[in-house]
Formats: sequence, structure tokens, C-alpha cells
Amino acid sequence: MKTVFFWSVCLALSLGAARVPADGVFDQYRDLMGDDNPAVFVIDEGEELWFTAQGPKSATLEACDLGLGSGVTAGAYVRFPRYFADTNEVMDVEARLVHCMTTIQGRDLESVTAKPYSLRGDLGTEIEALVTWLAAESEGETIAPEQTHAAEREMYVLGEEIFFYRAGPHDFSCATCHEQSEMRIRLQSLPDLTSHAGAANAWGSWPAYRISQGLVRTMGWRMRDCFRQQRWPELQMGSTTSIALQTYMAVNAAGGVMSAPGLKR
Amino acid sequence: MAGRIKIRAQKKGDITEVKALMRHPMETGMRKDEAGEAIPAHFITEVVVFHGDQTVMQGHWGAAVSANPFLGVRFEGGEPGDTVRVTWEDNQGGTGEGQTTIR
Repeated sequence: MKTVFFWSVCLALSLGAARVPADGVFDQYRDLMGDDNPAVFVIDEGEELWFTAQGPKSATLEACDLGLGSGVTAGAYVRFPRYFADTNEVMDVEARLVHCMTTIQGRDLESVTAKPYSLRGDLGTEIEALVTWLAAESEGETIAPEQTHAAEREMYVLGEEIFFYRAGPHDFSCATCHEQSEMRIRLQSLPDLTSHAGAANAWGSWPAYRISQGLVRTMGWRMRDCFRQQRWPELQMGSTTSIALQTYMAVNAAGGVMSAPGLKR
Repeated sequence: MAGRIKIRAQKKGDITEVKALMRHPMETGMRKDEAGEAIPAHFITEVVVFHGDQTVMQGHWGAAVSANPFLGVRFEGGEPGDTVRVTWEDNQGGTGEGQTTIR
């Protein structure tokens, strides 16, 4: 009996030690950097790419409909993921960009999706730059993903299911790390993505400049890297699984404020 | 797309505070890419801050400085409207330049 008590005290202490009130050190770092987020370069590069004629059709992306009409970029990001009648699919911003590149610019799907995210030694990819600029075009806007179409609501339900689905060699689900608040793994506080506050903070701060990588990363990359950390199969950009998880997160974040591009560890 | 510098210069009392953010990969030469090949060293070796034609700071940099480096410098004698210019050179012969006026 005494032993059981001893171990339960130890357990309580170790759990207590893992508790942190906020992301203190990184908040301080962000305050010090102020507006000097290197993502500002990537925003400029994304804007230039949007207006650069490319592909066999030598077209810019200005005719791209992000849901608010052809070429409307301001405030478009916060409505994603959303249903598009022309493709009869719910798309995230990355999938929509790929669609515009292949249809409007006539570019080859394989080459456009060959390397969506930067590898070591890269300074950024076209998708990363475009997404960063589009997110910046929604800065300060309220996160309000579309949930009017049945397909959009189905996507949310599917996303919730995947979020709690345990699999892989570690028997991990997204929820393993992301359904508690004020806890951390190593030194990082992990957001509770089942709560509005946690989801809003996360959804509203990606894409983000990762200081440790010297690169801007998108939400699509974040999802893929979580899959890697869970030792799950590689998550494909624009796949139903990726879009479902993003829908779950974005809808939980609805009402929050978009403040991307953020600055992360 | 390297070569860009974002600069802000503000006068506070007698001191002009310059903040410069530079677009540069700052590769050390010690990293390998996904295929295991060494990524060639590519970093800024010299940074100069000018107030008008006068050099107010000169720095020799190396591989230990982060990607997209941020430089903060304070100097005396600037006046609002004066030009502040920052330039860099890297080990591959690349250059970058940006300028602004003191607020």
C-alpha cells in the first residue's frame, strides 16, 4: 500500500513538472522580433509568383478563383477548406493552387506537385510562397471556413474521425498529443486542437517561419510532418486525409483571428 | 531570390537605430541534402552599413550566422531624411543591397 502511494506521488510530481502555463520563451522571442519576420520576403515572392506568367498557356494566376471570384485574394484564405463546384471537391488552399496551375497555366500536374515543400538547403518553393502571400492577404480577418455544403460538413466529420484514429507502430493518434492543454512535449507547448482557443491559435499562426529551419512552412507541411512524427505513411499534399484534418482544425478555429505568417521555433 | 534587404532606420534621441533583415540561405557547407550530397557553403562574408557616404559599421561574418540574418546597429549623428544603406558580399561573389531614409 505504501509503495502504491509512493509511486502515485512520483507520478503526480512528474506530471506536474511537465505542465507549463504558456509558450513563454517563444512569446518573448516573438516580441523581440516584432515585425521583423523573415516571412516578409516570402510574402513578396508569393505575390510576384501570382502575377508571373507561367506554363504552356503563359498565364498568370490572376484568373484563379479562390472561392470569392476570379483573382480575389483578399480574405480568401480564411474561408478554406471549402467546396468548389467546378471540381466537385472540398479543397484546401494548396490543392486549389495546384488546380489553378494545371488548368489556367496548363502546367503538368506531376511537375507542379513533385516538390511542394522545401527540402534541406532550399530557400522556399512556389507553393510555400503563394500560400504565405495568400495567408498574409487575410491577415486580421476572422477565420470562417465554409460549412454550408454537405461535402464540407462531411469533411469535418471525417477529419474528426482521423484525428482520434490510433494507428502506426506507436499506436498514435493526432489526439495523443493534441487533446490536452497546458502540456508540453520536450520544450514545446502543444495546442489542444479539440478546443477553440488551441485550434484558433494554431490555425491563425500558420503558415509560419520556422527559425530552426530558416523556412516558411505551411499548414499542409505541418500536417505531413505530424504524420512523419507518428510514423504514419507520408501524407500527400491535397489528399482527402490532409484536407479532412485541416477542415476539422479550421472549423474548431472558426471565430479566431488570422495572424499568419507566424514565427515559430 | 537572394540579395534583398529590408531596412528600417529610426532616430531616437541622439541615436539612430538601424534594423536590417537580409534574405540569404547562410549555408555552412557542413550540411548534406536528402541525397547525402554536401550542400556547398554559401554565406555572407562582409556586411557594411553606410550613413550617407560614411561607413558606420563593417562586419566580417561567417558560417555561424543564421539563415535570413537580422542585424541591429545604433549610431550617433543621423538626421531624419538621411540615407542609410546596407550592403553585403558572400563567399560565392553574390551581393545584396538595400537602403532607406531615417525616420
